[in-house]
Amino acid sequence: MPTVLVDGKEIELAAGERLNGIQVAERTGIDIPRYCWHPGLSVVASCRMCLVETGTRDPKTGAITMLPKLVPACQTPATDNTVFVTNSEKVERSRAMVEEDLLIDHPIDCPICDKAGECYLQDYHFKYGQDARRADVRPFTSRRREMGDTVTLFVDRCVMCTRCVRFTREITGSSELFVINRGSHEEIDVFPGFPLDNKMSGNVVDLCPVGALGDKDFLYQQRVWFMKQHEGVCTGCSTGCSINVEENLDTVYRLKPRTNPHVNQWWMCDEGRYGFHYVHSDKRLTNVERRRKGDALTLLEWSQVVREIDEQFRALGRVAALLSPHLTVEEAYLLAKYIRQVDPRGLIALGPVPVEGTDETFKNGFTIHAEKCPNRRGVEEVVKYFMRRVPTVDDVLSAIDAGQVAALWVSGGYHSEWITPATAERLAAVGCLVVQDLFASPLLDVATYRLPGAAFAEREGSYVNHADRLQSVEWAIRPPAGVRVEGSVYHELHAIPGLANARKVLTEVAQTIPFFAAALEPVDPLGVDLKAAVPQTATTT
Amino acid sequence: MNSNDPDIKWIDEPQLGLAGKMYLPLVVQGLTTTARHLFSPKVTVSFPESRPQIGNPLIYRGVHRLNKDEQGRVKCVACFLCATACPAHCIDIVGIESPWPDREKYPESFTIDELRCIFCGMCEEACPVDAIELTSLCDLTGRSREEMIFDKEKLLSVYDQTVAAEPMKSRAMGGTV
Repeated sequence: MPTVLVDGKEIELAAGERLNGIQVAERTGIDIPRYCWHPGLSVVASCRMCLVETGTRDPKTGAITMLPKLVPACQTPATDNTVFVTNSEKVERSRAMVEEDLLIDHPIDCPICDKAGECYLQDYHFKYGQDARRADVRPFTSRRREMGDTVTLFVDRCVMCTRCVRFTREITGSSELFVINRGSHEEIDVFPGFPLDNKMSGNVVDLCPVGALGDKDFLYQQRVWFMKQHEGVCTGCSTGCSINVEENLDTVYRLKPRTNPHVNQWWMCDEGRYGFHYVHSDKRLTNVERRRKGDALTLLEWSQVVREIDEQFRALGRVAALLSPHLTVEEAYLLAKYIRQVDPRGLIALGPVPVEGTDETFKNGFTIHAEKCPNRRGVEEVVKYFMRRVPTVDDVLSAIDAGQVAALWVSGGYHSEWITPATAERLAAVGCLVVQDLFASPLLDVATYRLPGAAFAEREGSYVNHADRLQSVEWAIRPPAGVRVEGSVYHELHAIPGLANARKVLTEVAQTIPFFAAALEPVDPLGVDLKAAVPQTATTT
Repeated sequence: MNSNDPDIKWIDEPQLGLAGKMYLPLVVQGLTTTARHLFSPKVTVSFPESRPQIGNPLIYRGVHRLNKDEQGRVKCVACFLCATACPAHCIDIVGIESPWPDREKYPESFTIDELRCIFCGMCEEACPVDAIELTSLCDLTGRSREEMIFDKEKLLSVYDQTVAAEPMKSRAMGGTV
């Protein structure tokens, strides 16, 4: 097995593993500073920040021969008996020099720069830079140029790492960004008339190690140190990208991709990134209301409505539910289980699955799915467990027409139009229609009970993406006043004591439904592959 | 901390002498202090009829003001550093893109809850452009809590009121401009 020496520590690599100096050092807990190198992009070794000393060790005698010059760690492959020295005085002097060079004409406008607080240049300056500034120029302002609808460039803040240029060439394949001019006049730009408008453009802002590329959606909205990050999953499509939901005082300010090699690597699409604003829409439902046929609208309290619906459902007997693919696995399971408790033959169906356009795959394989919901697979498997098939809205409609359904619970959570007035009218034929949704819809107009539902950032639970990977998320913000999260309502329907606890429910789901067996163990932040575990459990049950 | 730490110096209580045990000399000593203050000049004033003397108004920590630049615009660049430094969380800023070419960002609204403020002066220290300063105004009153939440206009008017007596801090005084 190849052995590498980093600052005197021996690291064993797996056979055939191809790592560079930065990656090997990371394994020993040593962070080599860098600007231009990114694990998802090609190596250019242009920033010179990761310069280290290298050499080789003679395997027989153990004598170490060092190279006289410093080399970039990102470009130096770690092979057997390679030696890296990352903390010598020579290396530290070189880092301080690179920092000083970069800061000569970098505007010192950190107080108004959105990147301040998460800026590599800032962090490395404090860690590796010099205490005093020797240059007598003190630039403060930066020229600004629009790159497209989503991204703006602060020209003078750029350190020319070309990460953004490589991203548009290697990941999206759209190549909008490029470098103009030469030497110290180098700048990032786009061709006139060809702005940065690909569907993953927001990623260049994450890639930018300094504050040069700004996210127009987030620009000046919040300082980064005020925000708390919550591990989440993007609910924009069935890819289910791992994200961090960044919020302050119950307002979501931005979504950032969370590195997950199994799902989205380092990226996410603009649709998901900028599509969260509906969470704070003032059109969201916040009132619990009841309208019996021929009656006026009555305002209800959450404390009474759940028991009231429960009594009605039990009195009517023949009940059914339409589970939205926006529900988490836990919520879908609890609602389906409740319906089956009330009526052992109760119909449980998968709600409409929103599909827009076709799947879109980028050069590096990243796919934006046409299915615009996070949990079709998860809800489908829950429905399949209870029904042995996956009934849809049509099955519910025909059951209603046949007079087999007296009460129906519809969970929504959609943020675009999802039901036609005609379908809504036919669903309304049941005696008692409960609709839980985010926004007004034709179905809400005809509902007996209108319950305001929660948005993705308010829920906790698990989602199963298109490739059967289950990821658990925590809630990031509290729902607006008047809204109760679906999971907590279903907990009350089951009269489970205590606060809603998604993990407890997931354990029950994993014990009951073989498909979810792999979720019995604590779920890793990167998720768990349910497909891999299915065949074993299928034979044991 | 360990009680036999070598850095701790243990001191024994001094023994009382005869004079100390009799109390009388100490009583005389105390009465002398009282008598001296009876006849020394008064330092209390009848506020608000007469105003207290403030030593150096430039370093006094009273009501805040928002400074203006040469063109009369608010100097603040909405960097939120004062709000970050504030231990009482009494500063609330909404920053937006500025309409001026020489400035990136400015505060659309800037409010300080003067009732919540503890007048520690951290905002003044944190400010990179010397936009927020504490004046020597110390008699801060209002009829309601709402009245004591100062908005941008009010803070700018404090500047107009006080700028003649208290100029903006020069570099020599620790300011950046």
